[in-house]
Amino acid sequence: MAAVNENQSSHVKHIEPYTPEFETMVPTGIVKFLRTCVLWQIVRFIAINIKMTIVILKSHH
Amino acid sequence: MAKVVIMGAGVSGHTASTFLRKWLEDEHEVVVVTPNSKWNWIPSNIWVGVGEMTKEEVTFDLAPVYEKAGITYKQAKAVSINPNGGKDEEKPYITIEYTDPSKEGESENVTYDYLINATGPKLNFGATEGLGPDGGHTVSVCTADHATHANQELQKCIERMKKGEELKFLIGTGHGMCTCQGAAFEYIFNIDHTLREAGVRDKATLTWISNESFLGDFGIGGLHIKRGGYAASSKLFAESIYAERDVGWIIGAHVNKVEEGKAHYELLDGTMGVEEFDFSMLIPPFAGVGLKAYDKDGTDITDQMFAPNGLMKVDADYTPKAYEEWKASDWPATYQTPSHKNIFSIGIAFAPPHLISKPMKSPNGTPINPTPPRTGMPSAMIGKAVAQSITDMINGAPEPTHTARMSEMGAACVASTGKGIFNGTAAALTVFPVVPDFEKYPGLGRDLDYTFGEIGLAGHWIKNILHYMFIWKAKLKPGWALIPE
Repeated sequence: MAAVNENQSSHVKHIEPYTPEFETMVPTGIVKFLRTCVLWQIVRFIAINIKMTIVILKSHH
Repeated sequence: MAKVVIMGAGVSGHTASTFLRKWLEDEHEVVVVTPNSKWNWIPSNIWVGVGEMTKEEVTFDLAPVYEKAGITYKQAKAVSINPNGGKDEEKPYITIEYTDPSKEGESENVTYDYLINATGPKLNFGATEGLGPDGGHTVSVCTADHATHANQELQKCIERMKKGEELKFLIGTGHGMCTCQGAAFEYIFNIDHTLREAGVRDKATLTWISNESFLGDFGIGGLHIKRGGYAASSKLFAESIYAERDVGWIIGAHVNKVEEGKAHYELLDGTMGVEEFDFSMLIPPFAGVGLKAYDKDGTDITDQMFAPNGLMKVDADYTPKAYEEWKASDWPATYQTPSHKNIFSIGIAFAPPHLISKPMKSPNGTPINPTPPRTGMPSAMIGKAVAQSITDMINGAPEPTHTARMSEMGAACVASTGKGIFNGTAAALTVFPVVPDFEKYPGLGRDLDYTFGEIGLAGHWIKNILHYMFIWKAKLKPGWALIPE
């Protein structure tokens, strides 16, 4: 019997074929990891704040 | 000497009143009338609703803040406006009824030179039979008290699941014309996160139900986010997180009745359904708070100043027109009422010209479509712009001097998907403009360079910081005016 690929499947194993969940996109393991990777999220924190500040400044008339 | 009266102390009204007090000379009076004794940072009610925060962490007493600022504070609800004066009063005035316990039930007429209607929404639980925590069968996170109760019920469910029971959770919108899908989105994913933390997620079935025609509409017709060289619809990203977190969805739904453990609904295709639940949070539709307006001789002129939904008409284009004829310029710029140059309406209290999402009806004629959201950032920016206009008008300007059209401003939103300093996440997104402008941005309606979104820990850190930052700002602590809306 083939070994289960836990890396790829652990967060999607509840999805059944030919259901709405099957027909959309789901994150890969690396995307899930990066969401809570502190070092990467520090970089994203800075980037998001810069983007939000620009939008705020652009919105004031 | 001018007197500015602001009805309401939510995000929009509080922003307007505090900036007016900051900018106007001391000879001018700023008066706030609100039935509430406390200010509520509503975005964090979600966390109260899952037990991650207490009511005390999301509210504070208004009286000391207004006293420090030099704002006259009347804890009362406004019941009517006499914009042309009355039989015994030449000046325009509002009539208020005190909710302050020391004066409860007392009535007073408050004259004004300028009036701002920032009364926000009436939480119209009555629009759906059986909806809501007071006499109904669903919980709510719209107020801090409601959210406290919601968490109590949630914790009972967690205890039942720890004993082995399997329970059903139904979260979303409780009527075909609701807004605030974003708040319900936050709540369902915070429940998912809380149940996982409690080790009982496998005992729970989570289902979303809403009036959106597609997941990710959020009341703004969805948005597009650049990813991997594509401009991807929010539908893809919304469906993705629902699929990933094992949350089922029912969309295009008008919940028309709620019984104990059952929500009845009608879909856009006209079919009827029933969804069972053990725990349900359904957002109610909004209406105006029910202000009346009277002419000098007592004639009821409410329908001249207010739309049928109770929201106040402003400088928008209210001409009925088909979706294909909507324009960005339909949306108000100065929020001044057309009938009275000294009255403005801001935040949720102003009447939008139409929806943002496309109007939809079932074959039975039931409207099932989100109504326009007015989230914190636009509401605050509108409040500040009106405060600037009124200040300039008091100082001699003949017309409003500042604009804040929702089709010309962006919004930054952070939707929590679970609280935790190292394992929490949130969807941080900006949308520019809030109301799509298909003339300026053909095809997708928005500027892709300033419309973006991503989910991660950074978003949660931002949401956490915003909680403390905006409460600091609202309390008028040092540097408050430097914090952007």
